[in-house]
Amino acid sequence: MITSKRLAAGVCALLAALTAGLALPAPASAGEPTGEDAPQVDLVLDVSGSMRTKDIDGGTRMAAAKQAFNEVLDATPEEVRLGIRTLGADYPGDDRATGCKDTAQLYPVGPLDRTEAKTAVATLTPTGWTPIGPALLKAAGDFGSGAGSKRIVLISDGEDTCQPLDPCEVAREIAAKGIGLTIDTLGLVPSTKLRQQLSCIAEATGGTYTSVQHTDELTDKVSQLVERAADPVVVPAATEGADRCAAAPTLESGLYTDRVEFGQQRWYRVAVAPGKELRASVSVSADRAVAPSYGVLLRAVTAPGREIVRGEAAGDGRTDVVSTGLRYPKAEAESDDAAEEAAETVCLEVTHSFSAASGVKTTPGLPLELTVDVVDGPDDASDVASFGLGRGWWLLGALVVVGFLAGLVWGWVSRWRVAVWRTN
Amino acid sequence: MRIATVTGAALLALGLAAGPAAADSSPSPAAGSPAPSSAGTSFRTATEIEQGQRATADASAGDYLYWSFPADAGQRPTVRATVKLPDTHASQTWQVDVYDGLRRRQACQYGAQTRTAAAGTSSVELACVLRTVRAWSEPWANDPLPGTYYVRLTALDLPAADLGLPVGAEVRADAKDMGGAAAVDGSLSEPLVPGIAVTSRQDAADDDSGDSAVLSAIEPEDGWSSGWWSDRWVWTGIGGVLAALAGIGGYALTRGSGRPRGVPPGA
Repeated sequence: MITSKRLAAGVCALLAALTAGLALPAPASAGEPTGEDAPQVDLVLDVSGSMRTKDIDGGTRMAAAKQAFNEVLDATPEEVRLGIRTLGADYPGDDRATGCKDTAQLYPVGPLDRTEAKTAVATLTPTGWTPIGPALLKAAGDFGSGAGSKRIVLISDGEDTCQPLDPCEVAREIAAKGIGLTIDTLGLVPSTKLRQQLSCIAEATGGTYTSVQHTDELTDKVSQLVERAADPVVVPAATEGADRCAAAPTLESGLYTDRVEFGQQRWYRVAVAPGKELRASVSVSADRAVAPSYGVLLRAVTAPGREIVRGEAAGDGRTDVVSTGLRYPKAEAESDDAAEEAAETVCLEVTHSFSAASGVKTTPGLPLELTVDVVDGPDDASDVASFGLGRGWWLLGALVVVGFLAGLVWGWVSRWRVAVWRTN
Repeated sequence: MRIATVTGAALLALGLAAGPAAADSSPSPAAGSPAPSSAGTSFRTATEIEQGQRATADASAGDYLYWSFPADAGQRPTVRATVKLPDTHASQTWQVDVYDGLRRRQACQYGAQTRTAAAGTSSVELACVLRTVRAWSEPWANDPLPGTYYVRLTALDLPAADLGLPVGAEVRADAKDMGGAAAVDGSLSEPLVPGIAVTSRQDAADDDSGDSAVLSAIEPEDGWSSGWWSDRWVWTGIGGVLAALAGIGGYALTRGSGRPRGVPPGA
């Protein structure tokens, strides 16, 4: 049985390979991975005066950070382009305006020279203010133009002292620029305000927040984040949906990202040839505080406006994302009519029912991720059971009874024929 | 006649043996690749695991942890997750969600999908038994189909003071083979693996960029099943043989043995 399964799988694989080999070279499309683009990481370290406090494993917070940095620099994978930025490292004075501009690039994002980077880190002494927002803005500009993944790791021990620029909104705006940036945050102090601010920054970009109390925890977490950046990841292509189907962009198979505002509809178009199947899935991320009930609806609609199929999802409670998907297999063309053989334009409509919590800015819109796959259509079922075959004792019983009755009848018939033959 | 009886009995025995044999248990743990020790943070970055593999991850409370595993037609996947909580913590609620390759949420038939850990408990265990994966379903249904399955593990309800504390997570996906009872007609041309249109196009173009990123490169150990085999073939085949034997029996009963009575020898 196993042999026949393998054999069948092998035959299918061979057929698949042949079909794939025969397929015409398709045009390049969006969402294709870019293996050459190196992942980039920017470590942003708080060097404000409060880092002098001795409360991590008996040493100062700064000492813990330096030790962690040294170990991370040793363990950084070869392909990662690493940079270091400081905030509050240079200006010790009381002038708020100057203190809030105090952020500098300690080591530029690029190929890593471990000795040089370590020397630079060793020179740091806790000094000034905590301008998290401005530092994040600058850090976003530190990255090269490559399409690889980009990650900021922010290590801080105090909340931003440079209001009214809310670092959380800064993070959201950086993410909305569509450069595919993630910000992970590490808090060195278990204070409520710091926790709120750092987790808000992380949430805004799909990153993680970690509260750290020991040096080894800090080392492990930063190394983990740097290694995570090294994992190859498909970078989505930016697109912009329209408010109606006619004006919508036409998408090919691939991974796309867009922004969808509260109460907004997003339309996209996909061409589906007869005998092909459209698979689309959509995720809308909650990158800010939202009301606890939410949902998302993805509809496939014909150009004239008839709904073909929909995917819907709803949820309740804490979430990062709400997602759904749909399949639309288009039937084979029945005649050679050119009109019937032409690809059909399917409109995809995305709506979501997130609502922003009170006091939360509603712009920019929520991040939306859309995957589109157009593959060969399925073999449709002609029967519920596989090939119309049966199984079970009832089937055996029925077959035996019918066979027996058929045998009886055949016996009687042949007996009757012999009798007739004898009479003649 | 005797040969027929013996053959029949043998076939019947074979059928009885084949019935339970087809309902074999889940695949053995993967031997080759080491178990992953990290988790992704989104669908796009989900860590791929194989069935039977015990994946672990060090994370912070409040993270959304993602893994993905392959499930083939006829399997009924079970996802088990264990979260190791820090020494001191308040009451927390954890949940495991399973999504299919189209990112549609899949219902759990049984298992504690959501559980609240009382303050101070050291761990919380979650489980989710999915429905049986079908080889085909109508586009309007959200039946589980062969392809990638995503597991999302997260704290649903977390007191602010516990946010960001270190937790350990452990996830394992297994599957029970449901045999021919779940066999259906029809099949997908490609499994429900996200990005498969882009991946197969690259294969066709014979791209030599070996380690390029793909959305999901997941595949069961012995490949996706072609879907034509099920134990229904055995059942139906045995049924046919039994029917033939019963037919011969019935014929023998009414036809009588040899020549009819009253016919003189040599006539």
